[in-house]
Amino acid sequence: MKLRSLLPGVFLVLIFFSAALLSYIWTPFDVTLIDIKSRFQAPDTTHWLGTDHYGRDMLSMLMVGARTSIAVAIVAVGIGMLFGVPLGLAAAANRGRFLDEAIMRGNDLVFAFPALLIAIMITAVYGPGAVNAIIAIGIFNIPVFARLSRGAALSLWKRDFILAARAAGKNTTRISFEHILPNITNLLIVQGTIQFSLGILAEAGLSFVGLGAQPPIPSWGRMLADSQTLIMLEPRLALLPGLAILLTVLGLNLLGDGLRDWLDPRLRRER
Amino acid sequence: MLRYLFKRSLILLATLFVASLVVFITIEVVPGDPASYMLGLNAQEDTVAALRAELGLDKSKPARYISWVSGLLTGDFGTSYTYRTPVADMVRDRMWVSLPLAIFALLLSTIIAFPAGVYAASHRGGITDTIVMAFTQLGVAIPNFWFAMLLVLLFAIKLSWFSAGGFPGWDAGFFQALKSLTLPAIALALPQASILTRVMRSSLLDVLNEDFMRTARAKGLTRRKALWKHALRNAMIPVLTIIGLQFSFLLAGAIIIENVFYLPGLGRLIFQSIASRDLIVVESVVMLLVMAVVLVTFAVDLAYAWVDPRLRGTR
Repeated sequence: MKLRSLLPGVFLVLIFFSAALLSYIWTPFDVTLIDIKSRFQAPDTTHWLGTDHYGRDMLSMLMVGARTSIAVAIVAVGIGMLFGVPLGLAAAANRGRFLDEAIMRGNDLVFAFPALLIAIMITAVYGPGAVNAIIAIGIFNIPVFARLSRGAALSLWKRDFILAARAAGKNTTRISFEHILPNITNLLIVQGTIQFSLGILAEAGLSFVGLGAQPPIPSWGRMLADSQTLIMLEPRLALLPGLAILLTVLGLNLLGDGLRDWLDPRLRRER
Repeated sequence: MLRYLFKRSLILLATLFVASLVVFITIEVVPGDPASYMLGLNAQEDTVAALRAELGLDKSKPARYISWVSGLLTGDFGTSYTYRTPVADMVRDRMWVSLPLAIFALLLSTIIAFPAGVYAASHRGGITDTIVMAFTQLGVAIPNFWFAMLLVLLFAIKLSWFSAGGFPGWDAGFFQALKSLTLPAIALALPQASILTRVMRSSLLDVLNEDFMRTARAKGLTRRKALWKHALRNAMIPVLTIIGLQFSFLLAGAIIIENVFYLPGLGRLIFQSIASRDLIVVESVVMLLVMAVVLVTFAVDLAYAWVDPRLRGTR
């Protein structure tokens, strides 16, 4: 039962991770290679997924695109965890006090800025680019992890083993990191998977409107944007990157659901 | 309730104040001077100075912040650097596209999610439930701008039922305008409908397990009657919350969808303004969208506390 969503999830995620990793050492063709003569080629034995309007190999573009998407989303989740988790733990350790209130109100403030708006502001100032996309999505992730860690830590602070640790003379920081954090790791992993999939969607959206990775680095979102005017002529150019995004996000969501069931049976959704 | 209202209002004002500071400071650190950018490289120094004075750029930063915020409060958003027209007029025109689009999408997502969620919950574990849940998995994974492109491919290019983009304006007739918003609204609504279906289903399942439902059945109500009379009303609280929160997501999500369909809404305005370095427009539109998100969240919080008094004490 619990493997029902875990296995397809792992399978899909593995395909795209392997493609991304493989692209560091090998792609069928060079993605910067423009060959106008062989543009719009249908899939064949040379170009497995055909070529685009510049004659670039679609499979190679998708492989490098996977790398861009995954890299942006992973770093953005990392930023969210790196800042969000300690903030959440600090808020829980100081529950009801000023620090807790300040952190939670800071969270509300960041929640008021959807990732796209953060990206728009950063881009307006510093120009578009993959790094700015990472920062925008990363900032958006911070309150998500802060809230989650605070909520989970609050219930742990009432438990007996924490009382024992306090009685042993440990201060709140040590308790937070030595006892609370290990007990919320499963939750963080599950939420991390979900934020990862949202990060892939956000990166694709930002690249689609020109705020993400810039040429010549291929990204799924920009491949879609490029294909928009060619959709009548060659729908394949729009279908492939879209499917890549859909399957990766679907895989991550299934993986997240499966992990939740597998790591913590108490969290298993009974429905 | 009054105390809760007072506290939440204070937090609302503080959030808006800090948000306005964040927006202002972020945009104001931009290097370069809009006046010299507007007049080009060969502009005379006194002309630049005159334009700076006209745009209020010669004032100190705090003075500019105060005049920007007081302008926002009175509906005067300043003058666009590029078009030299009041930003408020530009925003008002574009709002008539973005707002109806968001409302249209919200209605669609509710109309889809409601029956789907109720049906899935009342036939839990059945084949329809499985199919509905599989569709919602796809719905949350699909990028809405890609779905928008597929809609264009099918309904505009292959079937010619709708136009592929553009907006004729409300003067061209209500239904004509609504028709051009239909595909964008469907694209925006799909992921939200998937989320809402899941919330509706799980909220209803929670309620169906409650004791009062057993009592309702025990006193002789049929499954259907118990569902309609008792379960739905109680399951609605979380659903309404999500519907409220989705409105702000839709407003922000419209930024990308408007670009797919070349709709002259706030999203297009923002990107055009970034391209032409018309930062006063970016600043004001971003702040307006943030205000919309904060106000909707505030309204949802209040509605929630009003319906469920237990929430007033906690935060």
